[in-house]
Amino acid sequence: MSEMLKINDLHVTAAGKEILHGVDLEIGKGETHVLMGPNGAGKSTLGYALMGHPKYEITQGSIIYEGKDITAETADKRAQDGLFLSFQNPLEIPGISLSNFIRNSMEQRTGERVKLWDFKKAIAKEMETLNMDPAYADRDLNVGFSGGEKKKAEILQLLMLNPGLAILDETDSGLDVDAVRTVSEGISIFQKEKQGTLLIITHSTKILESLKVDKTHVLADGKIVANGGPEMVDEINENGFEKYIK
Amino acid sequence: MKKTQVGDIDRSLYDFRYEEKDSYRVENGLTPEIVNEISDKKNDPEWMRKFRLSCLDIYNKSRMADNWGPSIEGLDMDNIVTYVKPNTNMKDDWKNVPDDIKNTFEKLGIPQAERESLAGVGAQYDSELVYHNVKKEVAEQGVVYTDLESAMHDERYAKMIEEHFMKLVPPTDHKFAALHGAVWSGGSFVYVPEGVHLEIPLQSYFRLNAKGAGQFEHTLIIVSDNAYLHFIEGCSAPKYNVANLHAGCVELFVGKNSKLRYSTIENWSKNMYNLNTKRAIVDEGGTIEWVSGSFGSHVSYLYPMSILNGKGSRCEFTGITFAGAGQNLDTGTKVVHNAPETSSYVNTKSISKSGGISTFRSEVIVNPNAKGTKSSVSCESLMLDSASRSDTIPAIDVRTADADVGHEAKIGRISDDAVFYLMSRGISEAEARAMIVRGFADNVSKELPLEYAVEMNNLIRLEMVGTVG
Repeated sequence: MSEMLKINDLHVTAAGKEILHGVDLEIGKGETHVLMGPNGAGKSTLGYALMGHPKYEITQGSIIYEGKDITAETADKRAQDGLFLSFQNPLEIPGISLSNFIRNSMEQRTGERVKLWDFKKAIAKEMETLNMDPAYADRDLNVGFSGGEKKKAEILQLLMLNPGLAILDETDSGLDVDAVRTVSEGISIFQKEKQGTLLIITHSTKILESLKVDKTHVLADGKIVANGGPEMVDEINENGFEKYIK
Repeated sequence: MKKTQVGDIDRSLYDFRYEEKDSYRVENGLTPEIVNEISDKKNDPEWMRKFRLSCLDIYNKSRMADNWGPSIEGLDMDNIVTYVKPNTNMKDDWKNVPDDIKNTFEKLGIPQAERESLAGVGAQYDSELVYHNVKKEVAEQGVVYTDLESAMHDERYAKMIEEHFMKLVPPTDHKFAALHGAVWSGGSFVYVPEGVHLEIPLQSYFRLNAKGAGQFEHTLIIVSDNAYLHFIEGCSAPKYNVANLHAGCVELFVGKNSKLRYSTIENWSKNMYNLNTKRAIVDEGGTIEWVSGSFGSHVSYLYPMSILNGKGSRCEFTGITFAGAGQNLDTGTKVVHNAPETSSYVNTKSISKSGGISTFRSEVIVNPNAKGTKSSVSCESLMLDSASRSDTIPAIDVRTADADVGHEAKIGRISDDAVFYLMSRGISEAEARAMIVRGFADNVSKELPLEYAVEMNNLIRLEMVGTVG
């Protein structure tokens, strides 16, 4: 399988403090990797650094996406290259509707106009898949959305934008059982029908139920401390991280 | 795909100017002779000539206001040409307006807007109206929309004007009100008879072309009982290196159970001192709605005032102010609750960038007889960089125990996390910031007439692009 993402010796500093101390990771095209680790290990930092958050400074190492060094690129360029980050806490933006935002993003990513009629049909279909009230399309982006609705809106963006690589940061946190199932099904559409590549940052196995996992990584204290197959997720859920933390 | 590679606000739409071909202008500076000259030229009735001279007297005697707002030291009154008459008389057929003036308004989209969505249009170029037209069916309902000068000579309205002119804004109000009274010229007179609901708006457009001139138009609107009117006012001027002055005056009389919506978009060039006075008095059960967009001028002092004089009368004020480099815009509103069960709702947004200063100033006065009054004032400010400034100065004076008065103010900056969120979907930093600012202004821009809302969105995008990097 060809290589989608290659992270080499990544060191990341936030607010003057180094959080990632040399992370190495490789993800092949179409693969799904799960990233686990105790609180404060630097999982979200890795997500932000991959997406290009200006507050997370890369002091050493590189990020190669589809053979291209994107370490110095800004977030919008990385998104145009094909990266996507589903936020743990999506931000509320008044005055921009969810659907206008998605359409605008699609046009920015592709550089082409998206026809309104086609767009409306497509978004209605994906919202139905995610069990979302169609009225949310016209509501202001995430404003007054419940935690579950915000996460569904993130997965809706994932399905509409159809990126090459999606990083999902704690997409299952704060969701009830039904919502986790719906979101998991949405991700599985991205994985199976769209042959998407995934890096899933998570604590639990519930979201992985309808997904095929290829590899699991454990991040502890800013470094990858263990790599394994899909069975490692269950093993960690049973025994915790103790054996990986010195 | 949106392209936004413009360095600063594109003023090409406004900044074009034509050679000054005025047929007549008075000397700089202000003397009784000049005021008499204006009065002669305008063929004023005798009461108006006397009124002008009494205003000049007040002007000469009154001091400049104390130093409580932006500086107006750059304004040299001796160098402001008070009266500039364009080389045409007023026309009611667009074809007969001279080409350079016609082209100006064509560029600003005025006749087109009239064809599409307006019941009547007035266009003022420098000190005089050059065009005025009202749709036939509107005139048949008894609605009067004309320039104040002709109305003064029409026996049907002469008395009405004498009874109302500068009664709401007396010349003793402040120095520039006195100046206005002495040299006013142009503007509109609107009369809506009892029971008439004018569904489509009337619009006036003011354009100041001459250099170093003042525009002192007077707008007098009388809406009788049980009537409705929407009036739109737009203003612009090209950029010169000398200061221009706008000291207009707007007086609005709203009858019983009537509603008047008064929308203004002000986009004067950035050498303009905008010292405008606007006031409305509202009778029982009546409503005044102000929609006010302030984008232009170098210095603005603008606080439309509502006097709620009849039981159950209401005021709604919706305003947005955008202060960029070199601009000091002091805007807000004043409401006087002067009768029981009156209510006022004030909702404003202000944006400042590149060292611009935006100040929100409001005053709500609840008199002892205004029992059961409700008032809510909300103002939000957004500063786009650390060089810019935003102040909020609300005053509340309540003289009855039976009143529900609230005030809310928020001042903030654009959140970096919100910008990153939008960028993570492929949107450029400039566009992300513009989206956030447009979103911030959204509930106000929705109130603007459509073509102006579009213009404001473009303005924000263009203004924003210059702030990045």
